[in-house]
Order: sequence, then structure tokens, then C-alpha cells
Amino acid sequence: MFLYVLKRLAEMVPVLLLVVIATFFLAHAVPGGPFDKERPLPPEVKLRLEAYYGLDQPLVIQLKNYIKNLLQGDLGPSLKYPGWTVNEIIGSRIPVSVTLGTVSIILAVLIGIPVGVLASSYPNSSLDRVPMGFALLGVCLPAFVLGPILSLVFSKTLGWLPPCGWGSPIHLVLPALTLGLITAAPLARLTRGELLEVGQLDYIRTAKAKGISPFRVRFIHVLRNGILPVVTYLGPATAALVSGTFVVESLFDVPGLGRLFVTAIINRDITLILGTTLIYAVALLVLNLIADLVKAALDPRLLRKNS
Amino acid sequence: MSELALDTPAPATLWQRFTRKSLPLIALGFLVILAAVCFLSPWISPYDYKSQNLLLGPTSPSAEHWFGTDLLGRDLLSRVLQGGLISITVGLIATLVALFVGVIYGIAAAELGGRFEDFSMRVIDIISTLPLTLIVVLCTVVFGQNIWLIFLAVGGVSWLTMARIICTKTRQLKSRQFVDASVALGQSRLGIIFNHYLPNLSGTIAVYATLTIPNVLMLEAFVSFLGLGVKAPMTSWGLLIKEGTDVMEQCPWLLIIPATTFALSLLSLSYLGDGLRDAFDPRSNKN
Repeated sequence: MFLYVLKRLAEMVPVLLLVVIATFFLAHAVPGGPFDKERPLPPEVKLRLEAYYGLDQPLVIQLKNYIKNLLQGDLGPSLKYPGWTVNEIIGSRIPVSVTLGTVSIILAVLIGIPVGVLASSYPNSSLDRVPMGFALLGVCLPAFVLGPILSLVFSKTLGWLPPCGWGSPIHLVLPALTLGLITAAPLARLTRGELLEVGQLDYIRTAKAKGISPFRVRFIHVLRNGILPVVTYLGPATAALVSGTFVVESLFDVPGLGRLFVTAIINRDITLILGTTLIYAVALLVLNLIADLVKAALDPRLLRKNS
Repeated sequence: MSELALDTPAPATLWQRFTRKSLPLIALGFLVILAAVCFLSPWISPYDYKSQNLLLGPTSPSAEHWFGTDLLGRDLLSRVLQGGLISITVGLIATLVALFVGVIYGIAAAELGGRFEDFSMRVIDIISTLPLTLIVVLCTVVFGQNIWLIFLAVGGVSWLTMARIICTKTRQLKSRQFVDASVALGQSRLGIIFNHYLPNLSGTIAVYATLTIPNVLMLEAFVSFLGLGVKAPMTSWGLLIKEGTDVMEQCPWLLIIPATTFALSLLSLSYLGDGLRDAFDPRSNKN
């Protein structure tokens, strides 16, 4: 078990390195630089700025320097916000996105999985059809439609919640609800489908034949195996939510990582692009590992196959 | 014995199995009609989608303008049709790109097998670690807001799942006896791919295609939301929805109508995908 985690962590290093290299060249391929403004800078100023940040050197040397600093935990200076390092900027945004992402994913799990379990317990009844209809609708609605609708209802019409902003728990409700519902919809559909499929397997029939109560069969025997693909789905989904979501952050004016990332691309702030991409990649790899560990805890055979 | 054989009905054809349920059929009908109307819109739409009527301004749905007009007095019905033309084209072309790349990559990885397969799958893992938005946004920034490049960029990031699924399926097929027999009979690799793999994969490919189109439409809508998608006065469903959300309080129909069209199309694609899956795989009919 410990060795398996160690092996997986070791595998992350080359993957992250490749992500850095790929993003580095992609970000440098973008035409225009961080110092191009509406009013062009005097050429000598631009040259000095570029020399100051090492942008005048060949790309390979720049990449080498970047990786050297990265190994010491330094993501470099921001090119667009003078005096700020990427570590500081990202550090100030991480708590926001992690809070919002965590609340959203908890909400999604608390709504999505019970709905899926309920629907699969009474297939083709109204307890299945009605919630699954809503789930299908949720899959088809983009966040930038659901968000404004929720805001119109709860903030403009009912006046219960602030329309946007950040700082107190009440500001969290609308964005978390938007993200939570959008994620809960596919989760409920996936849970329902998997549980129905597992419910037809031979060992379930045996369990039923042995006279185990339907409740116990459903929650102990079916759920344990049926939930595995749901856990697989939750890994990347959590990573995407925790590392920032541009649409919801812009709709509700939340100062999170998603907006930082898109602004960085538009500003050609190369070090900031690299930093935010790296954060996302790390979140994805770590959460995939956690998802695999949870699956191994549920089904120990998986671990034996891998190691 | 022979009497028994005569009594068993002929196995249902794909079309018969597909038409057994009404919902996928309705979905297919809706999509075909919608696509036909959108593609004919340059000839049949009631107004020009970009001609403004500032004196008229925004009006709610009426007999002259069935879907109402937007802030610049443009007919919303004509704009929804024109937007559909763009969105459906993006959806189809990007999905075709994704299928083309994904199928070739997946089959190649599984057929060559061994180390090559491990390496190819690892490459996909790494690409999926890159934020997808970064790639699409970078492409639109690098190449400009050229609509054909948006198709390519969106398709170029949507092939990963396809390649994974095809690789797994091909690996399963590879160990089947009829493939072994074919190899023993001296069939060439390409022959096996075209005669055995592709026909057996067609179900998976068709199902996955209907599931990729909604993703692609969502992605296009997202890129338009960022302001990096199609340029005004050209329009797409994503752009119409975005414009609608900006004025949803004063002119709710500008959001409701495009969003409903968009959601209905995605809904239909989803039902179509379910129906196709059931038709291709009769065993999944039990539910």
C-alpha cells in the first residue's frame, strides 16, 4: 500500500515535468508579449524589461532556469503585476477556489449520489423518472445559464442572497449551488446506471436468494461495487472544481483561480499561466490518486492487480 | 429441430431495435428537422439575421417576429437559426475530427500493443492533465478568431476519451477467435482492421459520437462566453445565450428561447445516444 502510493507519487514527477514543458512552449507560442500595450513602450524600455525578466535569452535556457527555480518552489515573478511573485498571487487565490470547490463537490455528492441510489431502487417509477428528468436537464444546462437564473430567483426576486461578491459564508451559497447542481446531475445519472448494472450481477441474485434483506443488499452489496466508477468520475471533477471555474467565478465576482488563469492568458503573463496550469495538474494527479486509493479501499483486488 | 429453427423469429435489425422505443425516435426526428431548418435558414428565415432595426429595438415575441427581437431590433428567430447553423456545424465537424483522430490513435495503439500501447496511453494521460480550456483559448489567441480553427481546436481536445475507449475495445477484439482465425488465414493487418475491427467498433463509435456533440456544443458555448468564439454580427447558440443572460431581466425571451433550443438539442442527442446504445447492444435492454 505504502509502496504503491510512493510509486504513484514518483510517476507524477515526469508527468508534471512534461506538463511544464508543453505549457511553456504553448504559452511562448502566443503572439504578443506581456509588455505589449495599447500605447507601445519605448523600444529601449521594452528591451530592458525583457532583459530583466530573462525573456531575451533562448527559450531552452529560459525553460532550464524556470525548472531550476520551480524545484525550489519558486514560480517566478509575475510579468503583468510588477512586484508580485506568482507564488503570492496564486497563494491568495487558492483558499477562495478550494473553499468554493470543496463546498460545491460536497453539495454535488450529497445531492447526486442519494438521488441516483433512490432512482435505481425504484426503476421506471415516478421516483426514478422525475429526478432523472431534472438530472438530464441539469446535464444540458450550461453553468452560465443556471447561474444567472439562480441569481435572478434568489437574489433579485426573493432578496435572500447577495448577487455577487466574496468574503462571508452567505456569498458562497449561489456559486456553490450553481457548481454543485451542475456536477450533481451527471453524478446522479452515473450512480443510477452503475447501480442498475451491478444489481443484475449473479452475486446479487445469490445474496437475494440467501434471504438478505433488500435494504442490506442494496446498500452493502450493490452500492459497494456500483460506486467504483462514480469515485473515478469524482477525482477529475473535484480537481476541476477546486482549481477554479472561470464561468461561475466571473458570474458571481469570486476572486478565484479560474479567473486568474483566463486573465493570465489574455495578459500573456507567461509565468502566471505556467503557475496556474501547474496547480491544476497537481490537483488532478493528487485527486486521481486519492480516488484510486478510495477505490482500492472499497475493492482490495484493484490494488493487487496494479502492483 | 428444423421446425424449431423456423419458429424463432429473424433477429431484429438495428433499425427495428432502434425504433422499438419512441423517445429516441422522437429525438432523432427533432434533431433532423432542427438541423434541416437551420441549414436552410439562409433561404427560409423570415428576416436577415444581421439587419438591425434600431427604431424597433427589443420587442417580445409577436406575430411579425415569432421569437421577438433583440436590443438592436434584429429578428431572434432568424438569429437562432443562423446560430444553430454555426453551432451544429461546429458540433459535427469537431466531432468528426475527434472521431477520426481518436479511432486511428486507439486502433493503432491496441494493434501495435505492448510498449507502444502503454506509451500511447501515457501520452493521453499527460494531455488530459493539461487544462483543456488553455489549449482552446491558446488556439483561438494564436490563430485568431477563425471559425474553422475553432472547429479544429475543439475537436483536437475532444478525441482523448474516444481514443481510450477504442483502444480498450480493440484490445478485447484482438483476443477473439475470429480475429485469430483471420490472422491464420493470412489476412493482412489493414484487412483485419477494416474487415473486423471497424465493423465491430461501429456501435461504440456511433454512441460515443452522439455523446461528444453535446460536449463540443458546451465547449463552443464556453469559448463564445469568453468572447473568443465567433465574432459579431455572426452568431452561435452560445453567443446568443451569453447575450441573453446580460439582459435577462429586461428581455427574458432573449435568454429563454436560445437556452431552450440549446437544452432541447442536447437533450435529444442524449436520448439518441441512449437509443443507439440499446440498439447496438441488445443486452443493455434489460433496464
